[in-house]
Amino acid sequence: MGIFINKNTKVIVQGITGKQALFHTKNMLAYGTKIVGGVTPGKGGQTVEGVPVFNTVAEAKEKTGVNASVIFVPAKFASDSILEAINAELDVVVCITEHIPVADMVKVRRYLKGKKTRMIGPNCPGIMTTDECNIGIIPGSIHKKGHVGIISRSGTLTYEAMYQMSNAGIGQTTIIGIGGDPVKGTDFIDVLESFNKDDETEAVLMIGEIGGTAEEDAAKWIKANMKKPVAAFISGRQAPPGKRMGHAGAIISGGKGSAADKIKALNAAGIEVADTVAHMGETMVKTLKKAGIYDKCHNC
Amino acid sequence: MNIHEYQGKEILRSYGVSVPEGKPVFSAEEAVKAAKDLGKDVVVVKAQIHAGGRGKAGGVKIAKSIAEVEKYAKELLGKVLVTKQTGPEGKKVNRLLIEAGCKIGRELYLSFTTDRNTAQTVMIGSEAGGMEIEEVASSTPDKIIKEYIDPFIGLAPFQARRMAFKLNIEPAVVNKAAALMMGLYKVYVDKDCSLAEINPLVITEDKNVMALDVKLNFDDSALFRHPDISALRDESEEDPKEREAAALGLNYVNLGGNVACMVNGAGLAMATVDIIKHYGGEPANFLDVGGQGSAEDDAKAFKIMTEDGQAKGIFVNIFGGINKCDIIAEGIIEANKMLSLKIPIVVRLDGTNVKEGREILKKANIPNVIMVESMTEGAEKVVELVKKA
Repeated sequence: MGIFINKNTKVIVQGITGKQALFHTKNMLAYGTKIVGGVTPGKGGQTVEGVPVFNTVAEAKEKTGVNASVIFVPAKFASDSILEAINAELDVVVCITEHIPVADMVKVRRYLKGKKTRMIGPNCPGIMTTDECNIGIIPGSIHKKGHVGIISRSGTLTYEAMYQMSNAGIGQTTIIGIGGDPVKGTDFIDVLESFNKDDETEAVLMIGEIGGTAEEDAAKWIKANMKKPVAAFISGRQAPPGKRMGHAGAIISGGKGSAADKIKALNAAGIEVADTVAHMGETMVKTLKKAGIYDKCHNC
Repeated sequence: MNIHEYQGKEILRSYGVSVPEGKPVFSAEEAVKAAKDLGKDVVVVKAQIHAGGRGKAGGVKIAKSIAEVEKYAKELLGKVLVTKQTGPEGKKVNRLLIEAGCKIGRELYLSFTTDRNTAQTVMIGSEAGGMEIEEVASSTPDKIIKEYIDPFIGLAPFQARRMAFKLNIEPAVVNKAAALMMGLYKVYVDKDCSLAEINPLVITEDKNVMALDVKLNFDDSALFRHPDISALRDESEEDPKEREAAALGLNYVNLGGNVACMVNGAGLAMATVDIIKHYGGEPANFLDVGGQGSAEDDAKAFKIMTEDGQAKGIFVNIFGGINKCDIIAEGIIEANKMLSLKIPIVVRLDGTNVKEGREILKKANIPNVIMVESMTEGAEKVVELVKKA
């Protein structure tokens, strides 16, 4: 089970003939992801990594019945590729590309209104439903199948969390990196809603960071709606206001978006927040024990 | 990217948005000449730095004579201005804007920015002009007026008029105010701004609507399509090391302490800075080497982190996902050799090929490279070593 993607998800790679895309296509195929093709305009008819290349997403869909896409197209052209995938009515579109102009993403979000597509990213590591489907660049060697969902604004912290949890015997259902940009396709609440409904998922770890108020909004939503326990980590406690900390969206501005505000909001919703990045796994274990579901989630 | 006020005003002027007549200058002589050319009774001398809060910090002077212009220009040029936004180290004033004074009737606030929650551009207005909008927003949120803009339609004239009426602008001036809003929105969109702020927006005694101050910030990711904006960059306003790292495609943030942090990924970078502080250390900087660093890249990274002598120790905190620990271990050895570093380098490696990576470092047996088993141990160790140094 898990959310958004599973073993039946058919995936195309947009920008498949690029160096990074080829590297990750190989990794995704090795994981067992059903990659059914790729799209690079003008290179239709070629075959790479054993899959056919098409000129357009529409053609790829017609010929392969694909329902998901992962985008490795350079930032200048990436929003156009996202629009093309939404226009082809794919179920899931994951954009890995970093440095897409914010104005382009504002238009993408507007175009998404009323459409069926679940867009994830940009500037994200992608999504993995353990042992079923891996779309993006999440390493395929550090997960463990299980019952905890992970949502994160950071790629490397996603891997840290998976690794710490796997080492502690706590497996995962679906792992989603929603990305470090200020305007993105999917935010915490979208994912929490789905985890709340997923039968396999018993608990959730959310990894936030400074900038914006998505964590505060998620905390409120969790308090009102979430039936499953949630643990959290927030990075950027020491970030000076007004300084952009690596991610485009990681900046404390206009007196909003500090780690302290986010931790306070999460605590107020009964969510335990890990003291340091090294304590994410431990905090999850504690949360599971407190909810009485540790045995169910440990080495299952 | 930020630009100076006078540059922002030139852009506004080219979009038909009224701004006071003025000229940028770099010396007191130029200031006197510019003031004479303006030929006004009242001239404003404004320090040009990339930070707000200049007025309160004494960076804006009203001169009633040419002699006063000269006096203020001499006083401000070369002065380090410490404002609410500069941090305690302040910013040196290298340029001034010499501008015609005007007779102010009312002061308002107007800005465009991206609202992250709705993923839309929002126009924000307030009658509390001249004040910092964050203070107005927290103390009197009802005084903030917002119009959300559909990106497929753009700012509609009715929205601009509605904003003007809500700001209690008198009916005879509403159209002028709305036209200014349309003009500023066009700047915001055409130039890929992340913020376009006029504070104060003034209605003069003779019923003109004018931008007395303007702040334009630009989306770094969109600069590729705006060479005209990139050309306005003032490098003296930026951290030289952050600039050097950016030129190498590395993401470097200077933080002022003495523990340098080399990591992969922005999230881990922030979290590493936090954990250093958590165990009592002071982070000097972080450098995100990203996905696939070669040994050469690592050497460059070490060089940037250490060359000013501020760092007394380095914490290498790597989780090998796509990048492999053995490659990183080789990079550390290579970099240490090339730079003959003397300060302790505490290394935490985990993830892909961690065994091989640790083996390589162990074999190399370099006295100042200390391997640790976990991130917590690494943070504690580097803090302890730096304190001893």
